[in-house]
Amino acid sequence: MLSLALPGVSWAHRLPAGVKFGLLALAMVGAMRVTALSVLGAALALTVVLYVSLGRAAIIAGLRALRPIVWVVAVIFLWHLWQGEPRQGVAFGLRVVVMMALANFVTLTTPLHDLIALIERLAQPLARLGLSPRMPALAVALVLRFIPVLQGRLGALSLAWRARSRRRAGPRLIAPLSFSLLDDADHLADSLRARGGLAPRPKGRD
Amino acid sequence: MEQNFTRIVLFAALIAVLGLVPPIPLAFGVPISAQSLGVMLAGAVLGSWRGAAAVLVVQLIVALGLPVLAGGRGGLGVFVGPTAGFLIGWLPAAFVTGLVVERMRALPVGIAATLGAVLGGIIVMYAFGIIGFYLVKNAGLGPDDARMSLGKAALIMAPFIPGDLIKAVLAGWLTHTIARYRPAALSSRS
Repeated sequence: MLSLALPGVSWAHRLPAGVKFGLLALAMVGAMRVTALSVLGAALALTVVLYVSLGRAAIIAGLRALRPIVWVVAVIFLWHLWQGEPRQGVAFGLRVVVMMALANFVTLTTPLHDLIALIERLAQPLARLGLSPRMPALAVALVLRFIPVLQGRLGALSLAWRARSRRRAGPRLIAPLSFSLLDDADHLADSLRARGGLAPRPKGRD
Repeated sequence: MEQNFTRIVLFAALIAVLGLVPPIPLAFGVPISAQSLGVMLAGAVLGSWRGAAAVLVVQLIVALGLPVLAGGRGGLGVFVGPTAGFLIGWLPAAFVTGLVVERMRALPVGIAATLGAVLGGIIVMYAFGIIGFYLVKNAGLGPDDARMSLGKAALIMAPFIPGDLIKAVLAGWLTHTIARYRPAALSSRS
């Protein structure tokens, strides 16, 4: 499983993740409030400049990430056109594209390890609840490890199904998949316990 | 403790994997993905808090930029788009599904899970999805711009409801099957 982040070291990659998230939050609040088409247009132009500054790969990745919302924007735009208020349709399209493209810009330029470090920092208060601050990062790592495992197992189950039946397997394979998943959960819990468990480590020893 | 954690993590992985399964087009052309079935199942099997935690882990890896949503979507963009309400609504959806299974102990678990999935995975999730769309749609309107009503926003989402009803029934059947062969695994009823 590969992160959507682009490899490389552009100026945007070098900005600290916390700064990028702060600026993004401000931009999102701003974009939700702007009414004037000229301001939204300027925001779009700025977004395009940001992407162009990163080069071809970023532009392609940015456009690909916007593809799923094209139909939403198109439907709403046509509806407004039919209602005789094209201005609102344009404003909606500009706002959605600017907000999503800026958010994706942060995703494209922030490597996974920077984000994991940010999560570990933000998770520090968990220690006060008697939980390990490593838990969120560990959860992410384990999910990423198990996605290909479960995917492979689903593939094996569907091969076994096809060897025995001519009908489509459909969602029934989720049942045996969840049995194996529950067994995995038990084994994984045992091995976590064997490695000291999830309780925070006492201070002064390591 | 460790077991709760690993079950949450593995159900999060299941939700992600179900997003990679190709969507099945319904008779009338609307594609349904198995991913929200995973959300319903996490709530029904793990219970309210743990089911919601599994969804939170999925949302976390989406926010980290991993393309684990149906159709290979991911990243921060999906949290601010017009359909962000549905993604955010998964959290209360799994919670409510689990709550129904936990509280309605008199009902057979499969029936309770179907009911929970309808209440959480459809009614609650669509409420979040529709409000999310309404907020993005009506953001930054001028004084004389017409607002889109909540009813109209709901109408746009309506074609997806039949697929979700099918998923609720499937979630009930799968929960029933898990309860039958792995009764100890049903955290929501223990």
